[in-house]
Amino acid sequence: MHELAITQSLIKIALAKAEEAGALRIKKINLQIGRLTGYVPEAVEMNFRMMTPGTRAEGAELDIQWVPVRCRCRECGTEYRSEELDLTCPQCGVLSGQIIDGREMFIDSMEIDN
Amino acid sequence: MTEIKILKNILDENRHRADDNRQVFNKHGILALNFIASPGAGKTTLLEKTIFGLKDRLNFAVIEGDITGDYDARRLAALGIPVVQINTEGGCHLDAGMVHRAYQDFRLDKVDILAVENVGNLVCPAEFDLGEAFKVVVLSVPEGDDKPAKYPLIFSEAGAVIFSKIDLLKAVNFGLDKARADVRRINREAPIFELSAATGQGMGEWLEWLSGKVESMKGDEAG
Repeated sequence: MHELAITQSLIKIALAKAEEAGALRIKKINLQIGRLTGYVPEAVEMNFRMMTPGTRAEGAELDIQWVPVRCRCRECGTEYRSEELDLTCPQCGVLSGQIIDGREMFIDSMEIDN
Repeated sequence: MTEIKILKNILDENRHRADDNRQVFNKHGILALNFIASPGAGKTTLLEKTIFGLKDRLNFAVIEGDITGDYDARRLAALGIPVVQINTEGGCHLDAGMVHRAYQDFRLDKVDILAVENVGNLVCPAEFDLGEAFKVVVLSVPEGDDKPAKYPLIFSEAGAVIFSKIDLLKAVNFGLDKARADVRRINREAPIFELSAATGQGMGEWLEWLSGKVESMKGDEAG
């Protein structure tokens, strides 16, 4: 359900930036989303389709670049990538990751027609 | 076609509102706590007993977040403290804007601890800063000792972790050492309290720690 709040913010930012840039239409929104966020693409996509008709964002493509989880082990200092929610250090085997990347939820850029 | 750079955090607006809330709380010397747990972990009972145990010394106000209904709010209002109910109407978390609107109803200069009871959920509330001083993450032992490992994000962000319903430990297969160790490895600093709000076991330590937090915050302010 929090995808609704995320989608609302996303659309608000995209439309404001489109207006600033004098865009007639937003063709594509490039997102950077960390693997540790609760971002569910299907849910955001569905909300986006329902909330954008009649706006400059109607029909825009949502392109997600997933940011992998990167941790630094608090025990041995190793930096490592982690799939989704596993914070276990591959070097020393303890669940001791300090999250460095993976919590991003950014609009990186947009492709617009003007 | 043109490409324009945006580089904007989608949740910036919530973050800014949370920062505004935090400033207001600091200005009034209020310790704001964000209680996060699964549904049924015992957040409301813990709050009741916490308020009951400290209300002679400290002034509480509560913001109750629920999907619908005011059952919890009425339970807490029975203690004679100001309570505001937020119904998210299906929403899975509270956000900083909702909290901002809710605390307009309080006399902030009369509040020492503002307890915000988030919607029962270990996932979504992790994304939404409310402006709290810290998160209190409550895990009841019947839920299982695997929860810190399965929901590491929320446990990594906790300022305090509570294992609740500890009186049921013998009846459920909860490895206290495992849960403790898993929390410790993703969160070095947060104290872990093991307590039962129902029997009172372990409550004293939690109450002392919490009132100490209020004192040290008021001390910082005076200094």
